[in-house]
Amino acid sequence: MEVDTAQLDAIIEKYNGDRSYMLAMFQDVQRLYRYLPKQAIYHICKKLEVPFSKGYEVATFYKTLSLKPRGKHTIHVCIGTACHLRGGPNILETFERELKIKTGGTTGDGNFTLETVNCLGACALAPLVRVDEQDFGKATQAIVKKIIDEFKDEVKS
Amino acid sequence: MNITLEQLDSISSRYIDVMSKYSKIIRVCCGTGCVSSGALKVYENLKRALMDKGLIDKVLVKKTGCHGLCERGPIVVLGDEEILYQSVGKRNIDDDITALLNTITENQIVDRLLYQGEDKGKKYISPKDIPFYAGQKRVVLSLNGIIDPEDIEEYISKGGYRALYKALLMEPEEIINWIEKSGLRGRGGGGFPTGTKWRSCRSAPGDVKYVVANGAEGDPGAFMDKSLMEGNPHSIIEGMIIGGYAIGSNQGFIYVRDEYFLAVNRLIKAIESARSYGLLGKNIFDSGFDFDIKIFRGGDAFVCGESTALMSCIEGKSGESRAKYIHTVEKGLWEKPTNLNNIETWACVPHIINKGWNWFATIGTPNSRGTKVFSLVGKVKNTGLIEVPMGITLREIIYDLGGGIRGDKKFKAVQTGGPSGGCIPEAYLEMPVDFDSLTKLGSMMGSGGMIVMDERNCMVDVARYFLKFLVEESCGKCTPCREGVRRMLEIVNRICNGEGKKGDIQHLEELARAVSLGSLCGLGQSAPNPVLSTIKYFRDEYILHIEEKKCPAGVCKALTEFKILPDKCTGCMRCAMECPVKCIKGAKKEVHVIDSDFCIKCGTCYDVCRFDAVMIE
Repeated sequence: MEVDTAQLDAIIEKYNGDRSYMLAMFQDVQRLYRYLPKQAIYHICKKLEVPFSKGYEVATFYKTLSLKPRGKHTIHVCIGTACHLRGGPNILETFERELKIKTGGTTGDGNFTLETVNCLGACALAPLVRVDEQDFGKATQAIVKKIIDEFKDEVKS
Repeated sequence: MNITLEQLDSISSRYIDVMSKYSKIIRVCCGTGCVSSGALKVYENLKRALMDKGLIDKVLVKKTGCHGLCERGPIVVLGDEEILYQSVGKRNIDDDITALLNTITENQIVDRLLYQGEDKGKKYISPKDIPFYAGQKRVVLSLNGIIDPEDIEEYISKGGYRALYKALLMEPEEIINWIEKSGLRGRGGGGFPTGTKWRSCRSAPGDVKYVVANGAEGDPGAFMDKSLMEGNPHSIIEGMIIGGYAIGSNQGFIYVRDEYFLAVNRLIKAIESARSYGLLGKNIFDSGFDFDIKIFRGGDAFVCGESTALMSCIEGKSGESRAKYIHTVEKGLWEKPTNLNNIETWACVPHIINKGWNWFATIGTPNSRGTKVFSLVGKVKNTGLIEVPMGITLREIIYDLGGGIRGDKKFKAVQTGGPSGGCIPEAYLEMPVDFDSLTKLGSMMGSGGMIVMDERNCMVDVARYFLKFLVEESCGKCTPCREGVRRMLEIVNRICNGEGKKGDIQHLEELARAVSLGSLCGLGQSAPNPVLSTIKYFRDEYILHIEEKKCPAGVCKALTEFKILPDKCTGCMRCAMECPVKCIKGAKKEVHVIDSDFCIKCGTCYDVCRFDAVMIE
């Protein structure tokens, strides 16, 4: 995919081209494209004068970064300890069943990507689901269906 | 322009003056928990309603950090801890806003919004009387839920940055002496004496030194640091500046997980306003001391909570830990002496400077001074954030503050210390909570996650959960951790799938020894704890899984079958309606039957049945 190098340069500039902020730059790129395109890693590494292998190492080490394109909405099902004990795995299975994808996958229509996260720190409301930047606490199988409907419509309209 | 004490005091009195013009102050909790329950809408709607009534000049509505009782969010507190309303706007937001207005204008207390224990007993008006709050001792959290975290002037009006002023008049050595004598130990889990760490970093050779606040909080089931960063970011900043001065460092870093976006935003705002008030930057309080703080956003990697991995992450590399025969206080970030403390530890510092080391040393037990913040979660009635004096018993926390087990099920274990800790059974509920007693039990204090489990939680599954977590989170550098934990997971997986063999338990114990001896960092060294502690206290459950192929909690799917007892089933249809795969057949007032060919064994029927008619086989 083509990346907008001017936008990438602006991100690099935001951190004064400081190499130690490579992860932060990647996070910003991901906010832009919803994933981290390989071309962006190339470009940033070149600008920072860092070997591509180092950039690739960082990009693959941290779970928040995705090298695969994501759907319009990313669903994060929390599988932290509290969520695990209060039915998180069932919620994850329900999403897999309803969306007909496995964890890590994206629906055919490009609407949803399903991922897990280790803890979002809202343990008191376990089990928790985060869609993009919105949290849904005390999730049930009914809430799963509601979330899917709600966000599906949003995409259509 | 450098700020002076007089200016600080005048900001204070001006702020207090402005506040006194309001006849009532209403605090809406806007911590993560309450926000996901709809607190922002309550805040906006209440403001609009006050505007419409022409009351906006008389009544102030404020957004605050976490109040702690996340279970009952959104929480709204009226006046100075006069009335606490819970679950505001959960049923009908318009009704609740009208009710709030009634309370404001007519002093009418709305019964349905008051807190009531799960036993449907007494209703409480003031938060001070609610057992969940009454049993706490709030030091670090004292301003959480009271102040607006985005308003530096409010922090100043509550005595903020006075500790910094006082500290800058002290000799650095004296500050370190105070911290040492206070008995403060690291709140991140290890419990290393903070003063000793500061002293080593101060005496390490080198002109450039760094201080770091560890807000990685990667252990699942914990949100203490998050709530602090969101609720009172200035206390952390103030602690770090004092630490920087004592150690001889001019640059601080705060490491936060990127997923904690609310915490990141509030910290960025707090640092900016501290800079603009001259509390960060050059020549603070005309003392000749310079200090600044940078934020570093991490990327969901548990190992980055470990100090050396965290530093490697700040340097822009992947977060791999290294051997610590050279301590980070000598060679840390970019090979410079670096002092890393947990967020909560930093937040303790201003209190110690303000009130004196001897005050701090009176709280807690001889070897564990002060208070500790815990996130009390899992199968307990009142989940949320609590701060208690060290030495309080587990029973007091779980039953007095937490209100006991939900649905009055049987308590089984409490897990502390995250993936490095262990599960503590009922027999040890009278144990005091401090660094040493928890370690003695095969668990650890950890950063403060406390996860309560009941009879519906399978201990072998809990061990499997943590192993799976650690397999994914091991950075892969040390073979015993990378491969050993994986082998342990394979064995536990087999046990959960009904393929356990005799000798599996011994095999797990052997592997555990190897993993813990052969790993460089804390992640690997403590990785076997969840397995070892569950074997130690719940060996019978392992044996049932291995020899009788049974999972008494009904969690391990291969070993579980749900059946409906014909003599108990009333045919209420509830389980049939809730079943996600619709595999329960039966008409109204007729005995229901589960079609085991289609059953996914999620246990929903068991959990929703009000007549104990579903059994685990």
